[in-house]
Amino acid sequence: MKHPHALLALFLVSVNAIATAATPTETIPSDSIYQLNVALTNQDGKAIKLDVYRGHPTLITMFYGSCPNVCPLLFETVELTERSLNPKLQSQLRVLFISIDPDRDTPKALASLAKSHHADTARWTLAQANATDVRKMAAVLNVQYRKLPNGEFNHASVITLLDAEGKIVAKTSQLGSIDPEFMQSLKSSLK
Amino acid sequence: MNRFELNPRQSGRQFATPGVALLAFIIMWICATASAAQRSALTPQVAIPGGEFRSVLPPAPDVESVKVLSFRMDTMPVTNRQFADFVRTHPQWRRDKVMRLFADEQYLSQWQSAEQLESKTDDQPVTRVSWFAASDYCAAYGRRLPTWYEWEYVAAASETARDARPDTAWRQRILSWYEKPALGRLPPVGKTPANIYGVRDIHGVVWEWVQDFNSILVSGDNREQGDPNILKFCGAGVLALKDKENYAILMRTALLSSLQGNYTTASLGFRCASDINETKP
Repeated sequence: MKHPHALLALFLVSVNAIATAATPTETIPSDSIYQLNVALTNQDGKAIKLDVYRGHPTLITMFYGSCPNVCPLLFETVELTERSLNPKLQSQLRVLFISIDPDRDTPKALASLAKSHHADTARWTLAQANATDVRKMAAVLNVQYRKLPNGEFNHASVITLLDAEGKIVAKTSQLGSIDPEFMQSLKSSLK
Repeated sequence: MNRFELNPRQSGRQFATPGVALLAFIIMWICATASAAQRSALTPQVAIPGGEFRSVLPPAPDVESVKVLSFRMDTMPVTNRQFADFVRTHPQWRRDKVMRLFADEQYLSQWQSAEQLESKTDDQPVTRVSWFAASDYCAAYGRRLPTWYEWEYVAAASETARDARPDTAWRQRILSWYEKPALGRLPPVGKTPANIYGVRDIHGVVWEWVQDFNSILVSGDNREQGDPNILKFCGAGVLALKDKENYAILMRTALLSSLQGNYTTASLGFRCASDINETKP
């Protein structure tokens, strides 16, 4: 274990939490997006929580699978960002794509999307949630979106970097190329 | 009183004997009384018949009108007293317990303590509440926040017309409220005239959260910024505002599009709505 004292602290906090009968969420920082209790389903049809990658710096993005232009670019930008890290740093990073289109982005559709992008599902998750939970996740990530009458969506394209505890560290809307400031934040989170 | 509430005498007619009818009447009366007591803190709702209207935010560049399904809306904004009742039963929403993710530092800061407010402000609309807090309040009572289109649809109505927007005198009247500075004390709820649906205080008291506040992609002039901004939004691009002389409503869209889910302000409150098919038996 790299941080035995952190583990000890966690243990003490847990004991304290049990003693005061507080909720287990108490150890998560007050402004962490992992405070949000939402039900996600991943590309394997498995139920997961938003904090599935707690403990790792994570890139989180909202998208929809049938999006013709910007969403493929979102995937490419995340891939590009990953590729510019050395393998050791890359192995620490996690990636979470959350669909805003639960009707069409079924687990099956997400699985084929993951396959077409050759996503390493040991570190990458594509997930969907019901409309109410999507609205909440968009609110904590400050992503604006709306469904259009033809079933398409308008949405802000944002890649958000979370630290290991789910706090927002950096954001970028620069697509198709590397945002140097964002890259800087990412590298210092992975150290 | 609205047309969805049960009338015990009418329902009683379908029973064969007067004895059974009387028994049914008594049971129903007890149930009605019990449920009324349980929901005493809740704002009454009215049914809003659905319809089509032209929104200031057209759903797509080539789509002019918006269809709103029938729904139910609170007749007034939620008050301090009602919100204090909610906080007492949902302590995670106390200002000293709330997570920063869900409410900023100013959340309920106008209250004397975490659960107590000055009694003279009991009937004022609660403000300094975040979208998360407002959503959770409504959900706790089986309700939800109205959508932007639902809110705008009801906000188009005057005392006598469902769509009073072409009426320049009415427009001027609601606009005059928006011109007043937001500094003074808030008035108690329910004092403005009821619109044609029986809904009050849509204009003239506080700004209100809507369920999809983060669906309003238009904010001022940033749609003019060219390529980087086009890339920022996936899909059909940023929408153009319609009905530009409707300042009162445009101000709402500008405000809502500038908010984040945990923001609170001194003049931002909320009311709840419900789907029409969720009428209690």
